[in-house]
Amino acid sequence: MKRKFSIGDFGIYALLALVAAIMLYPLLNVVAVSLSSENGYANHPLMIFPHDFDASSYRWILTHHLILSSYKNTLLITVGGTMISMFLTATLAYPLSVLDLKGRRIFMSLIVFTMFFNGGMIPNYYLVRSLDMIDSLWALMIPGALSVYNMILMKNSFEGIPASLKESAYIDGATDLNIFVRVVLPLSGPILATLTLFYAVGKWNSYFNGILYIRSRENWTLQLVLRELVSQTETLLNDNTDIAAIPAQSVKYAVIVVAILPIMCVYPFIQRFFVKGVMVGAVKG
Amino acid sequence: MQQLSCSVHPKNTWHRVWVYVKAHPWLYLMMIPGLIYLLIFNYVPMYGVVIAFQKFNFVKGISGSKWIGLQNFRELFQSEQFLRVFRNSIEFSLQRLMWSFPMPILFALLLNEVRHAGYKKLVQTVVYIPHFISWVVVASLVINLLQPTRQGAVNTLLGFFGVEPANYLTSPRHFRGIVIAAEIWKTAGWGTIVYLSALTQVDPQIYEAAYIDGANRLQLMFRITLPSIMSTISVMLILRLGSLMNNGFEQIYLLYSPLVYEVADVFETYTYRIGIQGGRYSYSTAVGLFQSVVGFILIISSNYVSRKLGESSLF
Repeated sequence: MKRKFSIGDFGIYALLALVAAIMLYPLLNVVAVSLSSENGYANHPLMIFPHDFDASSYRWILTHHLILSSYKNTLLITVGGTMISMFLTATLAYPLSVLDLKGRRIFMSLIVFTMFFNGGMIPNYYLVRSLDMIDSLWALMIPGALSVYNMILMKNSFEGIPASLKESAYIDGATDLNIFVRVVLPLSGPILATLTLFYAVGKWNSYFNGILYIRSRENWTLQLVLRELVSQTETLLNDNTDIAAIPAQSVKYAVIVVAILPIMCVYPFIQRFFVKGVMVGAVKG
Repeated sequence: MQQLSCSVHPKNTWHRVWVYVKAHPWLYLMMIPGLIYLLIFNYVPMYGVVIAFQKFNFVKGISGSKWIGLQNFRELFQSEQFLRVFRNSIEFSLQRLMWSFPMPILFALLLNEVRHAGYKKLVQTVVYIPHFISWVVVASLVINLLQPTRQGAVNTLLGFFGVEPANYLTSPRHFRGIVIAAEIWKTAGWGTIVYLSALTQVDPQIYEAAYIDGANRLQLMFRITLPSIMSTISVMLILRLGSLMNNGFEQIYLLYSPLVYEVADVFETYTYRIGIQGGRYSYSTAVGLFQSVVGFILIISSNYVSRKLGESSLF
C-alpha cells in the first residue's frame, strides 16, 4: 500500500522523536556531567554536552579501592551467576520440550506453581542463612538463579526445532544428551543469546539481594556502592583520600556511566536476537 | 492437572512409564539439577511460612521456636499500620496499572504506523535502552532531576513559569506520580515488544483491502490494529491483575522516605523494614504470607475469569 507522507505521518514521527528524546536525555546529561568540572556543572546543570571538560572524576573512581573491588565483585557474580542460571535453565527446559516425556504435565505443574506462590522475604532469608551464604558472593549468584519464566521461553523455543532432526540423530544411536548438545543447542543461538543477556543484566543490576544478604564492604557490588554514593557522598569520599577537591556530582555520574557502559556495549549486538527470542514464547503464554 | 492415562490399567501405565524412562535416562537425569534447585529455593521457603505461626528466632530455628498459632495474624489485622500498607499496595498498584499499562500499547500503535523501516528501528533501539538500566541508576537520575534547587531539571523548568523550587520527592501528593513516571520511562519501551510481535502476525492484505474500501488511518487503527492485539492485551492484563498485590521493592525503597510512608509504604517495603531491619521475623512473615495468599487467589481468579470470557488464558 503506497501512500504519500501526510501530516498525520509527520505528527507520528515527531511524537516518536519526542519519546526517544525523553528516553535519551537523562543518559546524555549523565555522560556530559561526568566529563565536566564542578564549575561547569554549577553553571549548566542541564547540559547534554560537557562544559569545561574535566575527566578527573574518572581518574578518581578508577583509583578508589571500594569502586574497584565492587566492580570486580559485580563482574564475578554476573559471569558466574549467568553461567549457573543458563545451566539450570537449559537442562530443565530441554526434557520438558520433549512432548512425549512421561510425567511432563506433573513436572510442569510443580514448576509453574512456583511462579504463583512463594514463601516471602523472611523464609528466603532464613534459607540463605541456614545455607551459610550470608555475606558471601554465592548469595548473589544462587538465590533466583532459575527463572521459571525464562525456562518456559527456552522450552517453547526448543519445541520449535523440527522433530525430524532429532529423530535422525536418534536412529544413528545418539543419546538424548548427545542430541541436546550436538543438535538442539547449536540450533538455539537466538534464545541462548537472549536469555544470557537477560540473566546477565539481572545480575549486573541487582540491588535487593545485595542489601539483604551482603554485610561487609569488600563484598559490595557496584549498585550498592552507587546507592551509597548518591545518598551520602561525603562519608564515602572522606574514607579515601588525598585528592583535594573532588567533583562530587561528576563522580556520582561517572560511576553511573561505568555502571551502564558494559550493558550498552553488548546490547546492540544482541538486540536482533532478543526481539526474536522474546517473541517465540511470550505471546503463546 | 491431568493424569498420565485414565483408561489403561494402572500397572500397565507404570510399566509403560518405566520402559520410557529406561529408553530415555538422560531426559530425567538432566532435570535433576533444576528440580533440586526449585525444591530447595522455592519449595523449602514455602514450608518456611510456618514461621508466621511461631515466635521465631534464628538461633532456635523452626524446630526450636515456640508455636503461637494465629497470634501474629490477630495482631496484624488490628494494626493501623498494616491496614495502611494493604490499602497503599492496592491503590498504588491500581494507579500504576492505569497509567503504565496503556503506554506500551500506545507506543506500539504509533510504531506500527511508521513505514520507514530505518526510523522504526532507530526509535525501537532507543526506547528499549531504559529497560537495561538498574533501578539504582534510575532512582539516582530521578533524585538529581528533582533536586529542590535550581540545579534540578524539573525545578529549573518550573522556574520559567514562576514556580518556586520544591522538594517533590518528600511530598505525599507527588510521590506516587514520580514513581509511576519513572516506571513508564523504564518499562514502556520494552513493553512494546510483545505487542509489536503480535502485530507482525496480522496479514497486510487486511489493511490493503480496508484501505481500498476507503478506510482512513484512524479507522484502520481502531478496526484492525487494535482488535488484532486484543488477546495479547488481555493476557498482559491478567498478568498485571494477578500481581495486584505487588509493587516492586526497589523502585519504591530507593525513592521513599519516612515523610511519604503514608502513601508509599507497601508490602515489600514494610516486610523489609519490620522484618529484616526491625527483627520482627514472625510478624513480617505473616505479612508476607498474607500477601502471597491473596496474590495467589488473584492470579487464579483472573485467569479463570478470562477463560470464561473466552479470552486467552495463561494455563
